[in-house]
Amino acid sequence: MSEEKLTERFTRRAILFGGMQALAFGVIGARLYQLQVVEADLYRTLAEDNRINLELLPPVRGRILDRFGRELARNQRTHGVILIPEQTNGVEATLDQLARLVPISDDVRQRVIRDVGRNRSFTPITVINDMEWQAFAKVNVNSPDLPGVHSKTGYRRDYLGGESLSHLLGYVGYPSENDQQRDPDPLLNMPGFQIGRRGLERQFDTELRGKAGNRQVEVNALGRVIRELDREEGEAGKDLVLTIDANLQDFSAARFEGETGAAVLLDVANGDVLAMASTPGFDANKFATGISTHDWRKLVDDPRSPLLNKAVQGRYPPGSTFKIAVLAAALEAGITTDARKVMCGGHIEMGGHRFHCWHRFGHGMMNFKQATRESCDVYFYQIAREVGIDRIADMSRRLGLGQVYDIGLPEQAKGLIPDRNWKQAVYGQPWQVGETFIAGIGQGFVTSTALELAVMTARVANPARQAVAPRLVVDPNDMMPTFSELPVKPWIIDRVRDSLDAVTNHPAGTAFEHRMMWQHQEMAGKTGTAQVRRITQAERDQGVLANKELPWSQRDHALFVGYAPVDKPRYGVSVIVEHGGSGSSVATPIARDLLIAALQRDSGAQPTREGAPVREQEV
Amino acid sequence: MGNASRRLSSLAWEDGTIPSIQRAGGVFAKIWRLSFVYIGLICAVAAIGFLLLFSAADGDLNAYAVPQMKRFAVGLFIAICVALIDIRFIMKLAYPAYVGTLLLLIGVELFGRVGMGAQRWLDIGGVSLQPSELMKIAIILALARYFHSLPTREGVPIKSLIIPALLIAAPVLLVLNQPDLGTALLIALGALTVAFMAGVPLRLFVFGAAGAAAVMPFAWTQLHDYQKARVMTFLDPSRDPLGAGYHITQSKIALGSGGTWGRGLMEGTQSHLSFLPESQTDFIFTVLAEEFGLFGASGLVMIYVVMIGLGWIMAGSVKNHFGRLMAAGLNTMFFLYVLVNIAMVIGLMPVVGVPLPLVSYGGTAMLTVLLGLGLLMNAHVHRDVELSRNEGVIL
Repeated sequence: MSEEKLTERFTRRAILFGGMQALAFGVIGARLYQLQVVEADLYRTLAEDNRINLELLPPVRGRILDRFGRELARNQRTHGVILIPEQTNGVEATLDQLARLVPISDDVRQRVIRDVGRNRSFTPITVINDMEWQAFAKVNVNSPDLPGVHSKTGYRRDYLGGESLSHLLGYVGYPSENDQQRDPDPLLNMPGFQIGRRGLERQFDTELRGKAGNRQVEVNALGRVIRELDREEGEAGKDLVLTIDANLQDFSAARFEGETGAAVLLDVANGDVLAMASTPGFDANKFATGISTHDWRKLVDDPRSPLLNKAVQGRYPPGSTFKIAVLAAALEAGITTDARKVMCGGHIEMGGHRFHCWHRFGHGMMNFKQATRESCDVYFYQIAREVGIDRIADMSRRLGLGQVYDIGLPEQAKGLIPDRNWKQAVYGQPWQVGETFIAGIGQGFVTSTALELAVMTARVANPARQAVAPRLVVDPNDMMPTFSELPVKPWIIDRVRDSLDAVTNHPAGTAFEHRMMWQHQEMAGKTGTAQVRRITQAERDQGVLANKELPWSQRDHALFVGYAPVDKPRYGVSVIVEHGGSGSSVATPIARDLLIAALQRDSGAQPTREGAPVREQEV
Repeated sequence: MGNASRRLSSLAWEDGTIPSIQRAGGVFAKIWRLSFVYIGLICAVAAIGFLLLFSAADGDLNAYAVPQMKRFAVGLFIAICVALIDIRFIMKLAYPAYVGTLLLLIGVELFGRVGMGAQRWLDIGGVSLQPSELMKIAIILALARYFHSLPTREGVPIKSLIIPALLIAAPVLLVLNQPDLGTALLIALGALTVAFMAGVPLRLFVFGAAGAAAVMPFAWTQLHDYQKARVMTFLDPSRDPLGAGYHITQSKIALGSGGTWGRGLMEGTQSHLSFLPESQTDFIFTVLAEEFGLFGASGLVMIYVVMIGLGWIMAGSVKNHFGRLMAAGLNTMFFLYVLVNIAMVIGLMPVVGVPLPLVSYGGTAMLTVLLGLGLLMNAHVHRDVELSRNEGVIL
């Protein structure tokens, strides 16, 4: 083969090879076009996703204020210390240095070292979350000698009202996985963020929480923030203003003097809940900072159920306080008239059963006023039987029993007002007349909460004769609530009021001994002593055991509902003392003192703060 | 190029013995035979590289760009010097160079240093050497000389392919064992190009390719896990987005987000925020594509295309067999560098550690590439030299 032919073959093959290479470049060009022109938008988005991190800025939680603007729940600044490993001269050495200024336990030290190992070297590691100001200042002063150690300030929920408010306010806590699934708010996934877990904190969590702000930051592949691109401030949580008067609240819980029970103090004109006590209480601050298992068990196992808000969750037999509703029903039905009298011989026979009056030897001839005043059971057995359970139930409901009121507390129970349909539906049995007897004195199936009883009292006492409903949280858009007319005739209410006046102010009244004698003001009301055990005939024959001789859990509940002043009612109250004994001697003085306290605070000048609701002074 | 110098040079080479004065004149004359267009293109590519290295270092000139410039200056000087050395000397050196490089490869096998998961580096007197890089050139030179000296170079009988087969197999197997699949493939492909251009029948390549496909399943079982992983993630990057697929995904994002005109110099987020680690080396093309878009990326590709086209023209202009085989082989090697790197970066090929020639940061690669290009230019400078077959025969 000649050189020319050789060259020709080389050239041929070179062109073939060069052509293949050109083709390869063609493919590269096409691919570049596909990536950079056709799919450019997709990849541009992916690049932004890569580069931009959205960081949440947690909002400051709204405060909870009483009606005068006093802080009940606020956010306390916390002072802590963080450490940025890459800036230190060795984490261990820095901790040693720090330990000379503030005590650092071995647990803390181990946790810090563990966290440092788990995170990138620029990630701040919390050493101390919340510390004394003095220690904090000491660290700050020495900060030039502590490279990588920085101060950190944050917020902690602080409850100022003491134990008396813990049931109302509830507390905040860390969200569970369940919460995180239910609530899409990304704040819940932020470490350290707390949400309302009980009480008003839970119910108004969304309002109190506010809206998270955010900042867009450019981050590199390791997640280190390079610069801030955009910042959108969040919205701080709204303050929650309560109708509660913190002083009255405090006083009402304290007035129980260690007894277990509940009290509700209402403004009878507008339904404002001025105090709602449930004893014993608990320290909500323990929950906000994370309660220990030991403390938690102690609260749960306590037979006096400190975690329960007894004022709205506790269902109690109303006892003789229920006679208010029975009386009103009987008056309306025309069964009780001013002239009607019933003979009380200490008991009444019915179908082979003997129903006893609390007065062993009987009250003698009684009209409704006398019967109410002295709380004669036989009288009420008799008229309840004649009125019938359905009409009693109807009247009770009109007066506000057997209902849940939307006052913003998430945990509320409803008292039971039985009637024929209910018995049939629940037990599949017809209503027995004997059960009407028992219901007539507020025992048996009948139960109610302290709030319901307070509402009944307020409806009886309301000067405008309105169907008052309670209110715990002030709605800034609706400062003065309006109510419908009470669906009970005024003449009936007048007679009920007269009777209640006699309970406290007639020498024969059950509450006369503890009547109000404060600046010529008087109160009216009704005592109640609810039996929680069955008294056998044998025991009756030998003499009924006194409460003092019984174990605590078998003693009677003591109740009192009432209002003051008698002529121009302003405040209504209901008091239940669990296993307290007699309503007249135990519950009445508490109720009286609460009413006096309310009247006292009303008589002087009121401390009001800007933004706080203006109290309605006119009745 | 003046007539005088051409005459002078042809005079010098037709005579076997070259007087020293003529030799000097020869060197001067040879300079004029260099393709300045080609050198200009080399400088253009390198300049683009400097700019990208400047950007990859976040605007720090001293981090990558200045060292690279120094290396390029030295490398280009060496390349031009190499281009001017008598081609006969190059041919004489072809076998010893091959043997020497092969010994170095064996040295790597015995004493080599492990770097980046493979045994590739040899430390000799404080200098780190990567003999497999040198082998890419040495194999081409050796084969070019072999085919040049073949008595029946028109026909290339099958039996004469035994020696080239051994010449190729030895380094390929050694490099495969390092293990470095990419370099082994590049060595094999460069060598096969020389064989093809030398006239080995086309059907042999067809059979060879078929045979290779047949042993693929077996070869697959012989691959190291990381190599398998690379191939698998290449086929489906999303199967391991944070592991081996990370590079491919992030580099596609960088390219795509560059769009038509790019984000502008130093505005690329992917490399500046370290989503693409080590963007100054193998993945430097992504910096270009992100910051200058399709415009910049295709621009650089076009310069490469012109360079490679010019390389073929230069190879075609060489009259001696050794020279054009060497030129064709080296030009293809250069092409393979460009193709494999860019194809890898744009997700058309599995990730293999091949730098973008003249652009990627790194001394060994820069010097090897410029040495190869110097030899390519050497063939071109000596295009009119007649080399007899016997000059290539050993002994």
